[in-house]
Amino acid sequence: MNLTLKVWRQNGPDDRGRMVTYRVEDVSPDMSFLEMLDVLNERLILDGDDPIAFDHDCREGICGMCGMVINGVAHGEQRATTTCQLHMRHFADGATITIEPWRAAPFPVVKDLVVDRGAFDRIIQAGGFISVPAGSAPDAHSIPVKKEDADDAFDAATCIGCGACVAACPNGSASLFTAAKITHLGLLPQGQPERDARAVAMIEQMDAEGFGGCTNTGECTAVCPKGISLDTISRMNRDYLKAVK
Amino acid sequence: MTSTIERGAATAAVPRRAPVKKAPTPKAPGGRRRGPAGLLGTTNGRKAVMAVSGAVLVLFLIGHMVGNLKIFLGAGAFNDYAAWLRTVGEPALPGRTLLTVTEVLLVAAVLLHMWSAVALARRASAARPVRYAARPRRRAGGYVARTMRYGGVIILLFVVWHLLDLTFGAVNPKGAAATPYDRMVAGFDPSRWWVTAFYVLAVAMVGLHLRHGLWSAFQTLGLVRGRARRTLSAVAAASAAVLVLGFVAVPVAVMIGVVK
Repeated sequence: MNLTLKVWRQNGPDDRGRMVTYRVEDVSPDMSFLEMLDVLNERLILDGDDPIAFDHDCREGICGMCGMVINGVAHGEQRATTTCQLHMRHFADGATITIEPWRAAPFPVVKDLVVDRGAFDRIIQAGGFISVPAGSAPDAHSIPVKKEDADDAFDAATCIGCGACVAACPNGSASLFTAAKITHLGLLPQGQPERDARAVAMIEQMDAEGFGGCTNTGECTAVCPKGISLDTISRMNRDYLKAVK
Repeated sequence: MTSTIERGAATAAVPRRAPVKKAPTPKAPGGRRRGPAGLLGTTNGRKAVMAVSGAVLVLFLIGHMVGNLKIFLGAGAFNDYAAWLRTVGEPALPGRTLLTVTEVLLVAAVLLHMWSAVALARRASAARPVRYAARPRRRAGGYVARTMRYGGVIILLFVVWHLLDLTFGAVNPKGAAATPYDRMVAGFDPSRWWVTAFYVLAVAMVGLHLRHGLWSAFQTLGLVRGRARRTLSAVAAASAAVLVLGFVAVPVAVMIGVVK
């Protein structure tokens, strides 16, 4: 496959940045999207150019490090798929592909396609935890959890914090991410003591970071590689309104 | 030696809703510290204000539509209904009690609805200072959700005109002195087709607004999940369609001469 890439290049946080066009030839349809970029980067390095910076780690779709907006869709057209698990066979030979970083004020570009997602860390630090005495792990069956609650909590806990929800949201809202964490902990017995404080603290931190508000467009859940449901946002709203009532 | 522990104190029931623990003061990225925001200070709180004020407006719209449809029962029934709205509750209550209460509620709801909309729209534009080069492809098919902001402005402009036309009679051919029925028939006269066109456009915008707003309000208040949300979305579509048909029926009937 031969492809034309239009890639966002930005030398650093203070650089204005621009779209740069590259030709990539002899791409195997079996390559992942990141492997295709690896091929381009190797050539750039051999040519003495600066390789395109992008985040990645496990390349198994479970770490949440990778992510870029491909042809206007976070993680590309393939549903429930991270960029590292997106394969080139989903693109037509000769296609032009536009690649951009997540766009949100709380996610400043570090370089090229790498953004600083520290805002997510600070939201977690504000309340995305439970306080338990440290020590040996308790027996798994010492506190019973209803099957339905366990299922919903697990579904919410699959959030890998990649930030695609923010990138896709027309309002630049981090509601799906924050709601997934609030839902995950709020459904389990261990999460109850801090449930009210958690919702308030995480939402206030989300606002302090500069994310927009949720208008229920559903764009976030449509691009989420883990298919986190809008139900989590409903749960977050209920927890928050109960806490501030 | 004199200190005692009251029996059972250690295992006494804790009040079910312990006071909300003060949120650790959130730190802005620059290390700037802020106090707790409170309901009206957070995006989620403002959305709740939008949901509740919107619900007030929807309840009004239902009553308004039912009242409008009385025009099909004839001039007498319509004018009597308009008069009844002014005298309901008399003599126990002073005249115009129902109307005054409704007006106060509506003005408050409209102002709160607009305030939260403007606040959230400003946040949204600040949250994405650099736009995507590739036109963002919408995956959720939420066309109506994207009409909410400009649709709201069109509805606001329409409400101003509508009040000047049929409530105050300022821009109505018959003026404020005429009966409500005469004002309605004169206002949607075929010679004023552009008034009817604007009316139909605004009502269509209200329909789109409700298509998203009706279920969205329940989601924002955390009242629906899963299948209930999908059912509610269908109910919202049906309710919006009924309201649009109910409101469009009257001017169209005047236009084609069914009501004259």
